[in-house]
Amino acid sequence: MSSGCEVIVVGGGLAGLMATIVACENNLRVKLFTLLPAKRSHSVCAQGGINASVNTKGEGDSPEIHFYETVYGGDFLANQPPVKAMCENAPNIVYLLDRMGVMFNRTPEGFLDFRRFGGTQYHRTAFAGATTGQQILYALDEQVRRFESSGLVKKYTGWEFLRAVIDDDNICRGIVAGNIHTQEIEYFKADAVVIATGGLGMIFGKSTNSVICTGSAQSILYKQGVKYANGEFIQVHPTAIAGGDKLRLISESVRGEGGRIWTYKDGKPWYFLEEKYPKYGNLVPRDIASREIFNVCVNMGLGIDGKNQVYLDVTHIDRQTLEYKLGGVLEIYEKFMGEDPYTKPMKVFPAVHYTMGGLWVDYNQMTNIPGLFAAGECEYQYHGANRLGANSLLSCIHGGMVVGKKIPEYLKGLDKSCADIGENLFEREKKSVLSKFERYKSLKGKENPYHLHKELGELMTENVTVIRYNDKLKMTIEKIKELKERFNKIDILDNSDFGNQTLFYVNQLANMLDLALVITKGALLRNESRGSHYKPEFPQRDDENFLKTTIAIYDEKNDEPVISYEEVDTSLIKPVTRKYD
Amino acid sequence: MKIRVIVERRMSPVSTPYINEFDLDVEESANVISVLMEIRRNPVTVSGEKVAPVSFECSCLEEVCGACTMNINGKARQACSALVKDLGSKIYLSPLRKFPVLRDLIVDRKRIFEGLRRVKAWIPIDGTHGLGPGPKVSEKTQRIGYKLSRCMSCGVCMEACPQVNDRSNFIGPAVIAQVLLFNLHPTGAMIKEDRLEALMDEGGISECGNAQNCVKACPKQVPLTFSIAKLNRDTLFYSIKRLLDS
Repeated sequence: MSSGCEVIVVGGGLAGLMATIVACENNLRVKLFTLLPAKRSHSVCAQGGINASVNTKGEGDSPEIHFYETVYGGDFLANQPPVKAMCENAPNIVYLLDRMGVMFNRTPEGFLDFRRFGGTQYHRTAFAGATTGQQILYALDEQVRRFESSGLVKKYTGWEFLRAVIDDDNICRGIVAGNIHTQEIEYFKADAVVIATGGLGMIFGKSTNSVICTGSAQSILYKQGVKYANGEFIQVHPTAIAGGDKLRLISESVRGEGGRIWTYKDGKPWYFLEEKYPKYGNLVPRDIASREIFNVCVNMGLGIDGKNQVYLDVTHIDRQTLEYKLGGVLEIYEKFMGEDPYTKPMKVFPAVHYTMGGLWVDYNQMTNIPGLFAAGECEYQYHGANRLGANSLLSCIHGGMVVGKKIPEYLKGLDKSCADIGENLFEREKKSVLSKFERYKSLKGKENPYHLHKELGELMTENVTVIRYNDKLKMTIEKIKELKERFNKIDILDNSDFGNQTLFYVNQLANMLDLALVITKGALLRNESRGSHYKPEFPQRDDENFLKTTIAIYDEKNDEPVISYEEVDTSLIKPVTRKYD
Repeated sequence: MKIRVIVERRMSPVSTPYINEFDLDVEESANVISVLMEIRRNPVTVSGEKVAPVSFECSCLEEVCGACTMNINGKARQACSALVKDLGSKIYLSPLRKFPVLRDLIVDRKRIFEGLRRVKAWIPIDGTHGLGPGPKVSEKTQRIGYKLSRCMSCGVCMEACPQVNDRSNFIGPAVIAQVLLFNLHPTGAMIKEDRLEALMDEGGISECGNAQNCVKACPKQVPLTFSIAKLNRDTLFYSIKRLLDS
């Protein structure tokens, strides 16, 4: 059971591309589905770098320390064996990227250079200026183009995932997808499907994510019976800049290279992170930095110019160093804020950035549906309750590699190929998508879908980010349910049958509403504080009751998630209190 | 601030283009993407007609993905980094001219990616298995390589280039610059002759008319004319060598 097998990969970011490359190396043919050309995937936005403990600075760093700090930084919520495997594989990954020609910064001797990042004291982060994600994405895209050239990869650019095809034995046999330009909806058979669809920042309206990061695919799968894990763990990045269309990230690498956070107190500069956390200073993990900035601005009213913003200052660093190591990100600040960050401190505030939670997968990256795999930000496996900076590019690539290696093993044990399955199943699944889209097209109510989305984003940002209160979470759940009701009264706005973006957007909106419910209900039921999830009413971590993975399963009858908990594998490192002062 | 937005539209690749005009009141900090988002929320023209929302492509909104490239007041650029306060009270939006229009402001730029395939814009690695670090690269080479590798395949250089037109199949400046990127890498150089041959093919480097519009238009300051000049020499030397060896 291997010749003639087709693999479908959904998503053209780092995880999807890496899965594609390794599958091709195993002589599997891959159909790659992406919304945009892979080069434009959200991985392009990652700025700061990728972690790997290769110890080129003589500091005594090692993969074991990287493993410990990742588990510790994640407040012990991650299952430990896969995290260990990832950290051990990290040096190989960075060397591989180096071999692929990624233009990493170099030391004067020509070796890879490494910088500091949050949650560690070591120089562990390889980087390409401040556009590392872009550089790595391009390298993987180029390798995939090589396989496209040799006929192993067929690209479906501009196709959106709309449904998994799961047979009566509960095995994944393919997908239904729609062409966002021609609006054709079709099914595609496969013996293994990889979901690598990234994050879900759009649920919060404005975030640091690209507009394509809606979490739509994950939500569809959750509603088809795939388990969704740790949904409530949403990372809020401490330093972003405000905009009417999005919140733009100012990389943690700015602090890694010496940038300082401050505001005025009693008329004098106050470096509150350095004061409170002398050991890590500005490089405390993101959840902690975000809460401190939030506290200084919202509770103490000490934001710059009376607004919710603090300074991120690099003006003490020489221009040449800044240009070489941080040019890309400082350029973003300058272009969008119209101020020179080389001479004036930047004004920043926390913004929704990353989801630690995602589709539940086993150590082989397979979901609870055989044949359906997931890798990258859309799954939950590597970051526990808080992700350390520069571990996301790593987890995407590592996850993609694992998938690519595990698929051949899975295929060996498969007794029937998708080619042996009758057309009926596929026709049935396609029909269910078609009828859903027909229903959207017939919606002629008074509600504007774009306004509904804005309301959802504001609701989630206000109540389900840095500080969480149970009464507000309950209210949020009620409001989301109201939005779901109002969704049925929307106006589709566009009746055209070519390039109708509203039609696909409305489908994404429906999916965002369902996933918002998963996130909020998970947050409501977790009565403790751990990593990014912080409740003033329950300020301590509660290992006895909540050292557990949250599992959301869709209950069709009540149209909402049922939450249960799974044990966390802490067999390698004993949980201790997490402190950075 | 009050602005008028004039959009050149088309409902499908084969339908006739037409104009819609919208009046908006937007914040000082708005960019063209937030303007288009506002139009999408409330697609009513100046004459009060309710029309279909304007379709446009965008993703990162940080000028690194290249998706939202279009003509703004006659200049090809990314809509996300085009701030309204710099554009005046009348903003004219139209799709890129050098690529087939799909709908409204969306074009199909697949010829750029096909070009990258033609010139083998990749490093020929043996596989993803562990083989230790890559070849050492000097800081100097890295600095040039990094500048070249920031190209986001947005198509602005092709839009600006007079040689990219209906009568030519010029591969364009962006793809040529990528040849330099891969030829200067120690492993990439192992197949540099393949890339030079591809550049010497029809639609290759000889189509360049040296107008130098590309380098002025590039939003990422990719050294395009430097690359073309360098590869003109390399292809010349290579063709002499090929002649002598034959």
